[in-house]
Amino acid sequence: MLQALTATGFMGVDSHLSPWIRSELSVPVDLAAADSNASPGQRRAMWMAAAQAGDRRAYEKVLAESVPLIRAAARRQGVGHDHLDDVVQETLITVHRVRHTYDPARSYDAWITAIANRRAIDALRSRGRRDSRELHDAFALDNHPAADDASAATDSEQRARKLRAAIAELPPGQREAIEHLGLRERSLSETAELTGRHTGALKVNLHRALKALRKRFHGEP
Amino acid sequence: MSHSHPHEALIDQLGTELVPVRRLPPPWRRTGGWLLAVAAIAVVLLLHYGMHPMLQRWEGAPDLAWAGLGAVITAVCAAWAAFALGVPGWSLRWAWLPLPGALLWIGASGLGCLRSWIAPDTSIAVLHQSLHCLVFIVSFSVPLSALLIVLLRRACPLRPVLTAVLIGLASAAASASLLEICHEYDAAATDLLTHAAAVALVVAVNAAMGGRLLSKS
Repeated sequence: MLQALTATGFMGVDSHLSPWIRSELSVPVDLAAADSNASPGQRRAMWMAAAQAGDRRAYEKVLAESVPLIRAAARRQGVGHDHLDDVVQETLITVHRVRHTYDPARSYDAWITAIANRRAIDALRSRGRRDSRELHDAFALDNHPAADDASAATDSEQRARKLRAAIAELPPGQREAIEHLGLRERSLSETAELTGRHTGALKVNLHRALKALRKRFHGEP
Repeated sequence: MSHSHPHEALIDQLGTELVPVRRLPPPWRRTGGWLLAVAAIAVVLLLHYGMHPMLQRWEGAPDLAWAGLGAVITAVCAAWAAFALGVPGWSLRWAWLPLPGALLWIGASGLGCLRSWIAPDTSIAVLHQSLHCLVFIVSFSVPLSALLIVLLRRACPLRPVLTAVLIGLASAAASASLLEICHEYDAAATDLLTHAAAVALVVAVNAAMGGRLLSKS
């Protein structure tokens, strides 16, 4: 459901379900009061409530302050240092997709920690699955002698063809990002200059493209 | 805040995509919405069969009324628990909420089977009549489960399989409650076994299918 990452996609679902769901349109929050008197947890709760109403500044602030909370949750779940950033990104994208589920009467920290815990467990599971598929080099050499090189080359060609076909089916923004950043190994700034896109947008598109490809080839969510 | 720096680009991008959203109503209100659909079906069945046969049966075998009440409580609590688990941050302990209702439901139905006497106005179900109960529970559970899944796809069930089990329990219990309106038999062992099989089937199918549907939400 990569398309549903955009809020407009969700608004479409909302209207579709409207006979059964009486939802509240989020109301703006007094952010000045939030910044001065509240504890960090209450402040984040107020910022998220304001973000639900469309306040971009509050949203960016609450996401930035959420990063240490997400990293702490991922570390507690046993995610290694190298993979913490992946969990942070996945969690931030999930938060964006499900931000309408946050109830300002409840703890924001508990809400985001629950999401971060889940994404951390998903990351650990997905890495476990990938590790179990990968062969140790010595084992691979022992079991695949030179006589099989021709068939291995055909397999590899076939895989490359499948990958090219999958990339061709990606939405244009994602395709562009993976072609420049992934295949041609260009830097973010080079790609931004060539495509005229913002580096942030390129990073998000690369992330989403990799997720889509991973899902297609390994069935990972 | 040095850690947040590498994620600035993503945060910036998510900020550009931000639009106001409608907040998810609290679990109790969403449970109420689903129960309205169950109540609408109950009204239709009551209009068709009337209250009299049900009340007469309950008079003859009060444990049937207790079992029916247990099924209603189970349906309400399981639906509530499913909606609660659909919101990140709610405790997993909510999954235990349907337990007291389920114990009353199972206990009262089981007691009915152990009775050495049969109530005057009721008759024991034979196998093919029990199969009718199974078909009734399963066929009413399908739309009720589907409605719960649709409502929960808008939420964020972080434990999709557990949530789907609760959905199955809620819809099977609601269907068993509806069956009380037009059920003509006493709680015989065959009948109880068929009910248990129907509930187990609905819960298992939900766990297998619903979990997958919810995890893609």
